[in-house]
Amino acid sequence: MSALAVAWLLPALPLAGFVANGALALSGSRRKGAVSIIGVGVLVAAFALAAAMVAELARGHADPAVVLRLWPWMPVGALQVDVALQIDHLSAVMILVVTGVGSLIHLYSVGYMHDDPGYARYFAYLNLFVFFMLVLVLGANFPVLFVGWEGVGLCSYLLIGFWFNEKINADAGLKAFVVNRIGDFGFLIAMFLIFRHTGSLDFAAVFAKAPTAFAPGDAAVTAIALFLFLGCTGKSAQIPLYVWLPDAMQGPTPVSALIHAATMVTAGVYLVARCGVLFALSPVASAVVAGVGAVTALFAATIGLKQWDIKKVLAYSTISQLGYMFLGVGTGAFTAGIFHLVTHAFFKALLFLGAGSVIHAMHAAYHATHAHDDPQDMRNMGGLRAYLPRTAALMWIATLAIAGLPPLAGFFSKDEILSAAYARAATQPVWYVFWLLGIATALLTAFYMTRLMLYTFHGPNRTGERERTHLHEAPAVMTGPLMVLGALTLAGGALNVPHLFGGSARLERWLEPVTHPATALRALPELGHATQWFLVVVAVAVAAAGIVAAWRVLPFERLAPARLAAPETGLGRVLWKKFYVDEIYHAVIVRPLLWLSRDVLWGVIDRRVVDGAAVNGAARLSVAIGWIGSKLQTGEVGVYVALFVVGVVFVLGAALR
Amino acid sequence: MLLGPALSVSAVLFAIGVAGVLVRRNAIVIFMCVELMLNAVNLTFIALAQNLGIAGQIFVFFVMAVAAAEAAVGLAIILAIFRHGRTVNLQNITLLKG
Amino acid sequence: MPGTLLLFWTFAGLAVTSAALCITRRNPLASALWLVVTMFQIAALFVLLDAQFLAVLQVLVYAGAIMVLFLFVIMLLNLGRGGPSDIRGPAGVAVATLLAGALGVQLFIVARSAPSPGPGAGPLALAEQAEGMVGVVARPLFTTYLVPFEITSVLLLAAIVGAVVLAKRQL
Repeated sequence: MSALAVAWLLPALPLAGFVANGALALSGSRRKGAVSIIGVGVLVAAFALAAAMVAELARGHADPAVVLRLWPWMPVGALQVDVALQIDHLSAVMILVVTGVGSLIHLYSVGYMHDDPGYARYFAYLNLFVFFMLVLVLGANFPVLFVGWEGVGLCSYLLIGFWFNEKINADAGLKAFVVNRIGDFGFLIAMFLIFRHTGSLDFAAVFAKAPTAFAPGDAAVTAIALFLFLGCTGKSAQIPLYVWLPDAMQGPTPVSALIHAATMVTAGVYLVARCGVLFALSPVASAVVAGVGAVTALFAATIGLKQWDIKKVLAYSTISQLGYMFLGVGTGAFTAGIFHLVTHAFFKALLFLGAGSVIHAMHAAYHATHAHDDPQDMRNMGGLRAYLPRTAALMWIATLAIAGLPPLAGFFSKDEILSAAYARAATQPVWYVFWLLGIATALLTAFYMTRLMLYTFHGPNRTGERERTHLHEAPAVMTGPLMVLGALTLAGGALNVPHLFGGSARLERWLEPVTHPATALRALPELGHATQWFLVVVAVAVAAAGIVAAWRVLPFERLAPARLAAPETGLGRVLWKKFYVDEIYHAVIVRPLLWLSRDVLWGVIDRRVVDGAAVNGAARLSVAIGWIGSKLQTGEVGVYVALFVVGVVFVLGAALR
Repeated sequence: MLLGPALSVSAVLFAIGVAGVLVRRNAIVIFMCVELMLNAVNLTFIALAQNLGIAGQIFVFFVMAVAAAEAAVGLAIILAIFRHGRTVNLQNITLLKG
Repeated sequence: MPGTLLLFWTFAGLAVTSAALCITRRNPLASALWLVVTMFQIAALFVLLDAQFLAVLQVLVYAGAIMVLFLFVIMLLNLGRGGPSDIRGPAGVAVATLLAGALGVQLFIVARSAPSPGPGAGPLALAEQAEGMVGVVARPLFTTYLVPFEITSVLLLAAIVGAVVLAKRQL
């Protein structure tokens, strides 16, 4: 039986999981066992199916892309949109990442969410999320992708605000959704423009027609690409729409790992890679993508230097790494971007789940002693290596990977992106700036990640005398996935070892059928061997420098617990306050908009014009006319006779005309 | 020969009758103005009968008969109203109101 | 003939004047009496228009019976003495003038558009010479218009009964 023929089963499995778990949640059942089996089982089954599909795809030499048309959706005049799934080499990579990392995180959640009353609801939402994510990456046309795009936004909202009884969580979910919508507006405009210029919304048709429909550098294709990128800045948290991601840390930690590190936020990168042809046709848009990515990477890294909440550090780290991915795909090195997406999924998920393990322990400790300190504040941690040895070791692996030390996965992907940027700079000098931004970011990344590790796992323990006895390692159901991710982080580099190191660049060759149309339009210059080695050395040196500097400079032996810590001052304060971006947005955008909605549109237009003048006014007009009519009924014969004569005069007048 | 002038006079008398109905409030006087209007119409009929046939004059005959009957009944009604409300001023008789 | 015309305009003028006086007197009794005068003028006009029989009928029935009835009722209701004026205020007069004026103008226009007859005696005059003044009315009345004639008598009966019933103190 062909796995590709039942490709529709792949999204259907998590959808079935959502329905089943949703029913269990609504019925108020306390059967955690059933929920766990269903929730994790559908993901594992999906992963198995995905693996079978990819294997089959790899075997078949004829067609590198399989399009499965399920049913017609919108046949409207010249527009024919079907619900169709496209399994090609790019979506193959994505579905493996989504279902594979997703299965591990689902398994981890069994342990992490064990004591939560909303257990069934959690797994229902998580399954729904995987369904939408699979729809997103498997979509064969823009509308189906958009359905997935919106759907993951919805699930993100549901899961961020999972503990919605506290306002701060609900607000965070709302913020994520609203900011994403701004990006989605850009996506929609891009879809309209694409249809207008190419007459279709199917990927195959659009990308085949694009080179003839648009001249390179054409304003139309630049507009399309920029609007698509606007959607990406929303979904993948780049400047200016990244502000929702740090707030999204209010949700459960496995959610942060799955949605806000490994999969949903990478949808934007996937989109750019998928639409590589359009971006290749517009050098301006590509430069914007790469530039925004590079700037965001550095910007977020600077903020990450001064965050105390362990999850916030990882959130800004995610934004920063996403910036790297966009730098990659913006430069035209689509494989590099996707490669970094994959390796980032491994080590960032590992980091988040490890942080979850830490928070789990801290939470248990504070719960046992009824303390009210923040279990996520690194100033309350320290020396946890003694209590959570496995977590500490695995997180160190992830830290070295994200810093970019060989031979870990992160090194290969990051190095490839930076090399591509340097190569592009030969023809477009602005890319040197992007490369420098990338190097600076690599330095800061190494620094703040080492800072996180030092403050959390090393130095003296600041949690408290009584709490210390309750700190313990996470259960096996949580450390198991951590170890698998650790292995993937160690070995992941093997996916795409470049020729420089004698590797065969497997991912590059695998993705070639998808990236070739784009790279053919806008080729990346080759770098000489010497230059390549030079760049490698620079990158490794920078990473090592960052780690050493952190170890030397930071006072991790002498930190004060959160409740005793002195407030930040000066530049540190600005970084801690995230450059006051949220405050600026609130003052410049949110407050005027609220004023406009509440005071103008509702207060004046809705209440006074529509309700007052139009609705009530019409009623009052009827009453007035009626009042006039009633005044005519005087009961006096004289008046009636007068009206009678008026009538006669009119009739005679008409007759005489 | 007298047709035109007769019709004009009739028009004027009719208008005066209408004015009288609109200007007075006493029911009996209004009734009298209605009789004046009827007279003006009779004049029209007579004037036209000169050339258009005797039917005009027959019509006047019947108008007079009906006017008599109408006057009798109408004045009886006014008497009944007067007995009820001690007034024939139309402004005070507003049972039609509402 | 200019003589006929002169007479016509004299009586017409008197009729209009007395009608105007009729509607403007405060005393209802005076109004009634002026109406009687108007009717006499109209009777004179009837004579000039070859309707001598009807002129006499006008005097006998209209001025002699109907108006007398009016006078009886006015006396009965004790309205003969002067009381508060029942003529409407300036607003009412303005409206009345406007409407009656408009109506009068329109009727005048209609009157103007009547075709003027040829010279010489009209067909009615000729018929009158043949059958006499009474006969010219009586013959159609008892032949062509017999049915309306009989029905009128029934109508008068109904009026009598109605008037008697309405005027009773207790039904």
